[in-house]
Amino acid sequence: MTRLSLLLLAILMACALALVTSQNKARKLFSELEQEQERSRQLEVEYGQLQLEASTWAMHARVQNIARRQLHMHVPEANQLKIVQPEGLAR
Amino acid sequence: MNFAASPVLVLTLPTWRSRLLLSVFIVGFAVLVGRAAYLQVLNDDFLQAEGESRYSRVLEIFANRGRILDRNGEALAVSTPVKSVWAMPSEMKPDRRQLAKLSLLLNLPEAEILKRIDDTAGDFVYLKRQIAPEIAERVAALHVPGLFEDKEYRRYYPAGEVMAHVLGFTGADDIGQEGVELAYQDVLAGRSGSRRVIKDRLGQIVEDVESIKAAKDGHDVTLALDSRIQNLAFSQLKAAVEQHEAKAGSIVVLDADTGEVLALANLPTYNPNNRTRLSGAQLRNRAVTDTFEPGSTLKPFTIALALESGRIRPDTVIQTAPGTLSIGPATIRDAHIERALTVAQVIQKSSNVGAAKIALALPAQAMWEMFQRMGFGTSPPLGFPGEAAGKLRPYRSWRPIEQATMSYGHGISVSLVQLARAYGAFAHDGILLPLSLVRIDAPPEGERVMTSETARAVRAMLELAVQPGGTAPRAQIMGYRVAGKTGTAHKEENGGYAADKYVSSFVGFAPASRPRLVIAVMIDQPSDGQYYGGVVAAPVFAQVMAGALRILDVRPDKAMTPVRPPADGDEVKESV
Repeated sequence: MTRLSLLLLAILMACALALVTSQNKARKLFSELEQEQERSRQLEVEYGQLQLEASTWAMHARVQNIARRQLHMHVPEANQLKIVQPEGLAR
Repeated sequence: MNFAASPVLVLTLPTWRSRLLLSVFIVGFAVLVGRAAYLQVLNDDFLQAEGESRYSRVLEIFANRGRILDRNGEALAVSTPVKSVWAMPSEMKPDRRQLAKLSLLLNLPEAEILKRIDDTAGDFVYLKRQIAPEIAERVAALHVPGLFEDKEYRRYYPAGEVMAHVLGFTGADDIGQEGVELAYQDVLAGRSGSRRVIKDRLGQIVEDVESIKAAKDGHDVTLALDSRIQNLAFSQLKAAVEQHEAKAGSIVVLDADTGEVLALANLPTYNPNNRTRLSGAQLRNRAVTDTFEPGSTLKPFTIALALESGRIRPDTVIQTAPGTLSIGPATIRDAHIERALTVAQVIQKSSNVGAAKIALALPAQAMWEMFQRMGFGTSPPLGFPGEAAGKLRPYRSWRPIEQATMSYGHGISVSLVQLARAYGAFAHDGILLPLSLVRIDAPPEGERVMTSETARAVRAMLELAVQPGGTAPRAQIMGYRVAGKTGTAHKEENGGYAADKYVSSFVGFAPASRPRLVIAVMIDQPSDGQYYGGVVAAPVFAQVMAGALRILDVRPDKAMTPVRPPADGDEVKESV
């Protein structure tokens, strides 16, 4: 009888300790998860800001200006144009 | 003396003493049990809450407002977090150095800061809202007691003034106030949520207890707008408004097959990223909210109705000599006197007398029904705030002169968007499409408002109008056949018409063989001496149409020969 009680006590202790450890582990992991989620939110924000920046750089007025002034590009004249029919599409 | 004989052993204590001791213990235990029961059972809510407040926290989860994208996925409006700085006046005691730095960082005079924290009796006052996160960090680094920061969202519009009227803007609390931001508020708005967590001594979250309210990010809205075409339309409109010293102007570009709004711009405009000193004139989305008497751009509708009724054919000859038509005391005049014109030429030369004669042969009710069917007099359900319906009086109250003037666009008012949509019916073989601000993938079901034969016949007439001999040769573009109609009308003022104030307009589509785009241009009060729609508005149409067709890679339906601009005085002057 006593022996059984001792055995059960030992099992109980082991379980209790296991519970404590796993709880601790779970909390550590959870806190890591939290940090990663926070990072993902930060990245999301940064993505939005980068998108804004990209849109600003890609403003048509700006692109057009650079094309015209720096790269000396212009819309082709009539005599420089040639319309190509896709193959198999008779006019 | 032996132990057994000790007198102490024979000493007997009175029994009450042990009883007393026992009862004291019993009472003591009873008190303890009672207290325990009180704390655990009766008063447990309070203690539970006290305990939780030491480890559990409710966190707010911010939700993002959805982005607004153009049809190709380019971001047009994006929310990004910023900080707002607020103070608790009772606690805030900045020293000299802190105050000086704060004033510099927040761009607020020191006196203003002191006034704000002095003024308020309460314990909350904003010092500055919506500042950049980098600046907020430097403010926080000052460690001023009683100064706090909050996270807020601010919306940025990279395209600025170009799309101001379409997109609108949001207020400081991220709620849409104009344009698409207002129209699609429900879709765009996110719902911020909250959750309960357990934090440890170091402030790290160690356990998620419950989600009190789930946060929901707003949805993105993909507009029908093409930012390339929008830019082109805006810059051309701006150039024309400046060149002709006009008061205002609007342009609408529609996809002829789907009814999508590819571009919509107005002048004057504003920069949505910096909205200090805004005037009502800048804010107005004129193409949608303002109506005007369109003038001759309305002629094709009357002609279409007459063709439908079988009363005329495109080659029926209408007697327009001597260039005037008297109805009661009023007289209708043509600027350009011809002896007789075919119906097609009435459109080409924009003859008021011809249009009036055709209109008078039609029943008033049929005309009213046609205008109604074309969407005039009812607001187009685009979803924009303040959409104008325009003025279309019931036909029972029409007098003959009114019926005649309505045929060439007087005594009736429309918005530019309505006009563009109605022209879409000619472009789309007689089917009037509903308009859409957002991108749609399947073409919507339209409503047939005329037979496709009539639509084609009117299209052919509209093509004549932009050719030499018509009112708008300047609307021609290289490589594509164009169809369209000019409009020039006196502005309505104080119940009459202003003699020297005009609204010039042009509505048309291309390529005429199979229309892809409908463009409507309106220039309000050009004041450099030129006011004919064919001179003021048609060139804007041509520039935007040529550019947009190139952007969309539409196949030319005409030889690529350069268009020769008409010599001055070479084009037909329109009747006003």
